[in-house]
Amino acid sequence: MAAFLLQYLPIVIMLAIAGVIALALMGAAWLFAPSRPDPEKISAYECGFNAFDDARMKFDVRFYLVSILFIIFDLEVAFLFPWAVSLMHLPHPAQVFAFWSMMGFLGVLTVGFIYEWKKGALEWE
Amino acid sequence: MMPSNLLQIAAPELILAIGALALLVLGAFRGNRSTLLVSILAGLVLIGAAAAAAVAPLGPIFRGGFVSDEVSRFSKVAIYLMSSVALLLGERWLNRLRAGQFEYPVLILLAALGMGMMVSAGDLISLYIGVELQSLALYVLTAFRRDDGKASEAALKYFVLGALSSGILLYGASLIYGFAGSTRFVDIAHAVHTTAAPVVLIGLVFLACGLAFKVSAAPFHMWTPDVYEGAPTPVVAFIAAAPKLAAMVLFARALLEGFPDAIDQWRQVIMTIALISMAVGALAGLVQKNLKRLLAYSSILNIGYALMALSTGTQLGLQAMLVFMVLYMIDSTGAFATLAALSRDGKPMETVGDFAGLSQERPTLAIVLTVLSLSLLGLPPLSGFWGKFYVFKAALAAGQWQIAVFGLVASVPAAFYYLRIIKTMWFDAPAGRTDTPAPDAQAVAVAAGLWSLPLVLVGLAFLDPLAALAARAFGLS
Repeated sequence: MAAFLLQYLPIVIMLAIAGVIALALMGAAWLFAPSRPDPEKISAYECGFNAFDDARMKFDVRFYLVSILFIIFDLEVAFLFPWAVSLMHLPHPAQVFAFWSMMGFLGVLTVGFIYEWKKGALEWE
Repeated sequence: MMPSNLLQIAAPELILAIGALALLVLGAFRGNRSTLLVSILAGLVLIGAAAAAAVAPLGPIFRGGFVSDEVSRFSKVAIYLMSSVALLLGERWLNRLRAGQFEYPVLILLAALGMGMMVSAGDLISLYIGVELQSLALYVLTAFRRDDGKASEAALKYFVLGALSSGILLYGASLIYGFAGSTRFVDIAHAVHTTAAPVVLIGLVFLACGLAFKVSAAPFHMWTPDVYEGAPTPVVAFIAAAPKLAAMVLFARALLEGFPDAIDQWRQVIMTIALISMAVGALAGLVQKNLKRLLAYSSILNIGYALMALSTGTQLGLQAMLVFMVLYMIDSTGAFATLAALSRDGKPMETVGDFAGLSQERPTLAIVLTVLSLSLLGLPPLSGFWGKFYVFKAALAAGQWQIAVFGLVASVPAAFYYLRIIKTMWFDAPAGRTDTPAPDAQAVAVAAGLWSLPLVLVGLAFLDPLAALAARAFGLS
C-alpha cells in the first residue's frame, strides 16, 4: 500500500509548491507593492460586475449564454491536449482507434456548434 | 485489440447517437416546422435501435467497459420501445399546447442512449456516463415548457438533487477505484473477493445511495413528487417508466457483478431502502390530492418491491425484478397517458376531485384507469399482480419472508388510495364537462389497459422465458 501511495507523492509536492508560491506572491504584493487606490482603479473593469454587491441584480442574459458556451468549448478542447501528447506513443492499432475516437468527439462538438449557430445563440443583436 | 464485431455489439447505441445528432442538425436547419418530421424519424430510430438490440451479438467491448449480454438485450428492447411511446405521447401533447419543438424527440433519443449505456455499463466510467447522459436529458425535458413556473421549479429541484446524487455516486466510485485499482466490475469483484476492506464497503454504500436517488427509492425520493407534479405529463410518463428500469438494471449489474462477495453487506442496505420505500410510498400517498403526486408515491412504493427482488441476490430475484419492472412500466405509462388524454376547459385534470363522475362522462378512460389502478394495487389476475407474484416468490425462495410480509402489509394502505380514485370516478357526482380526449393518448391508455387485463396472460408466456434467459446472464445461483 505504501508503494502505491508513493506514486502520488509528486502530486503532494506539486500541491505544496503551488501553495507556497501562491502565498508568497500574495504576501509580497501585500508587503512591498505601493497601494494608492483611486476610484477608477478599484472599479470593475469594462463589462464586469462589482465583486461585492447584491446578487439579485438584473443583467443581460446574453452574458450568461456566451460564457456558458465559452466554458463548454474551452473544456472540450482541453481534451485535445492529453490526446495530442499521447497519440504518437501508442502502438499502431491503438493509434488508429484513438485518432478516430477524437474525430468522433470533434464531430459531436461540431454538431453542437452548428446547433447553437443556427439557433442564434451567437448573435448579439 | 478490438473484437471485430465491435460495431455490431454497439450498433443500437450507434444508431441512437448518430440518429440524434443527424436529427439535431436537421432540426437546426429547418426550425420548428420540422418537428413532426423529426419526431417520426426519431421514432423510427428508436424502433431500429430496439431491433438492433434484439439481435446484437453478446460479449464485452472497449476492454469490458461496455457489455452486451442477455440482460442488456432484454432491457434495451423494453427501454427503446417505451421511449418511442413517450415520443408519441409527448409530440402530440406539446403540439396541442403550441409548445412543440424539434428538441423534444432529440432529447428523448439522447435519454434513451444514456439508458442504453446504463444497462450495458461494465465499469464505473461507463456507469457514470450513462447516468449523466440520461439525467441531463431528463432535466431539460422536465423544463421543456419553460414559461411554466411549476415546470421550471420542478426542473431546478430535479437538477440540484440529481447533481448532489451524482456527486455522492462519484465519491463512492472514487473510493471503490482507490481500493480496487480498477474501474471494471470484474476487477472490483476480484479485489473484493481477495480482501473486503471497510473502505470499499463505504464506497459501495455511497454508490448505492447515488443509484437509489436515480430510482427514486426512499429516503432519497424527495425530488419525485415535485418533479412528477411540475413536469409535463408525457415527460412524467417517460421519467416514471424507462429510466427506472435502466437504473434498476444498472443497480443489479453494479451489485451482482461488482460485489458478489459482499452480498451480505449490500443486502442489508438494499433491504433497508426497500422497507423505507414501501413504508413511505404506502403512507405518504394517502394524503395526496394531486393524482400525479399520488402516482409518484405509487412509483416509490413499487420501486420498493423491485428492490426487494434485487435484495435476494438470486437468479430468481433478478428475473422477478425484470418482469416486475416491465409490467410496472406499462401500468404506469398507461396511467399517465390517461392523465395526458383528459382535460377540462383546456386545463389538465390533475386532482382526484377532477375525476369525480368520470365514468358517466368518459366511460372508456374511466374503465382503463380503474383497470390500471387495480393492477397497480396488485389484484389478480391483472398484470400488477403477476409482477408482485414473481417478487414475493423470489423473496420467499431466498428465505426472506419478513420483508415479503412487510411488502404485503404495505400494500394495504396503498390499496386505499387506489380504491379512492376508483370510488371518485364511479360513485361521485360529475364535476363538469371534460374536453374530447386526445386520440393518441387515449390509444396508449387503452393499449396499456388491454395489456393489463387480458393480454398479460398471453404476454407473460413470452415475457417469462425471456426474463429467465436474461437473468441467467449473471451466472447466479
